[in-house]
Amino acid sequence: MSEHQEHEHHIVSPKVYAIILLALLTGTALTVWASYIDLGILNPIIALGIACTKATLVVLFFMHVKYSSKLTKLTVGAGVFTFLILVGMTLADYFTRAWGRW
Amino acid sequence: MSDSPAIAHGAADSAVHEHPPYQRHHFETMAQQNDATNFAMWIFLLTEVMFFGGLFTAYLIYRNWYYPAFVAGSHQLSIPLGGLNTLLLITSSFTMAMGVWCAETRRKSGLVLCLILTFILGLGFLGIKTIEYSEKIEKHHVPGFHYSLQSFLDPASDDAAKAAGDKPMALDMARHTEVYFSLYFAMTGMHALHMIIGISILGYMIFRARAGAYTAGHVAFVENFGLYWHFVDIIWIFLFPLLYLISRHQ
Repeated sequence: MSEHQEHEHHIVSPKVYAIILLALLTGTALTVWASYIDLGILNPIIALGIACTKATLVVLFFMHVKYSSKLTKLTVGAGVFTFLILVGMTLADYFTRAWGRW
Repeated sequence: MSDSPAIAHGAADSAVHEHPPYQRHHFETMAQQNDATNFAMWIFLLTEVMFFGGLFTAYLIYRNWYYPAFVAGSHQLSIPLGGLNTLLLITSSFTMAMGVWCAETRRKSGLVLCLILTFILGLGFLGIKTIEYSEKIEKHHVPGFHYSLQSFLDPASDDAAKAAGDKPMALDMARHTEVYFSLYFAMTGMHALHMIIGISILGYMIFRARAGAYTAGHVAFVENFGLYWHFVDIIWIFLFPLLYLISRHQ
């Protein structure tokens, strides 16, 4: 196993963590504020958009994926991809089959 | 994610094994062991993603089927309490990340402080969740034999429904609010269970950290627990808008 490529351990600095914390708090304030404005169909889209952005920040920085090995990046990417396939296909099935006959 | 030292070897063995006591002997190097445990932790988290994914999918489908019932149901939740809980959880994620940094840079008292803060913020989250749950119990919004439709059939009698401008609902749609609260309790309950498990492990880690277990160069346990704690935070980041926020104007 001597040819095994080991990943160098990267220490993320407190400054990065503080910036991410601020971004997450801003995102929370923004999503609460946006929910009080009537934007029709855009309300859930904006709320989920902000949630996805916040989740990405947490994964990349708090969970160190940005600084992790290719294996970790691939694992996370494959997980998100599989998750979207499963949810997307299930929703597509429900929305196109017997809709309105519940 | 194990942090206990490898099983003690005999005298003959220890002469051959020239590695730190926390390195399992089937790994060539510490870096290899850390890569393997980190990979395993992510695989575990992916199974958790799939588990919560099922709940989220159920929520999306039922929300579209029984839309008016889900709108009226979500009007019963308090945005200030949910928002405060979001702040607590995000801050606890930050203190946990700082804890990982303290462990990596071998700051023992800093690590203990960060873990205690994370512990307290986690308990604060559960405390607020208890307040929210007790309100649901008082109003008979817990699905089951004692479920009450009054807030939805007669919104004028209910402060939250009145504030949101709800109109009286037909009986068959009003009954579907029970589906909303079933999913509300299933999702927030599973999330709270993960918090309780996390807080229990944090309690154990505080004791171990005080003994200096994580500030002697072996930080895998703190790091992988951090991954778990941030994952629980991410679940809440999605639960908060989906359950509390997106139906304020219908």
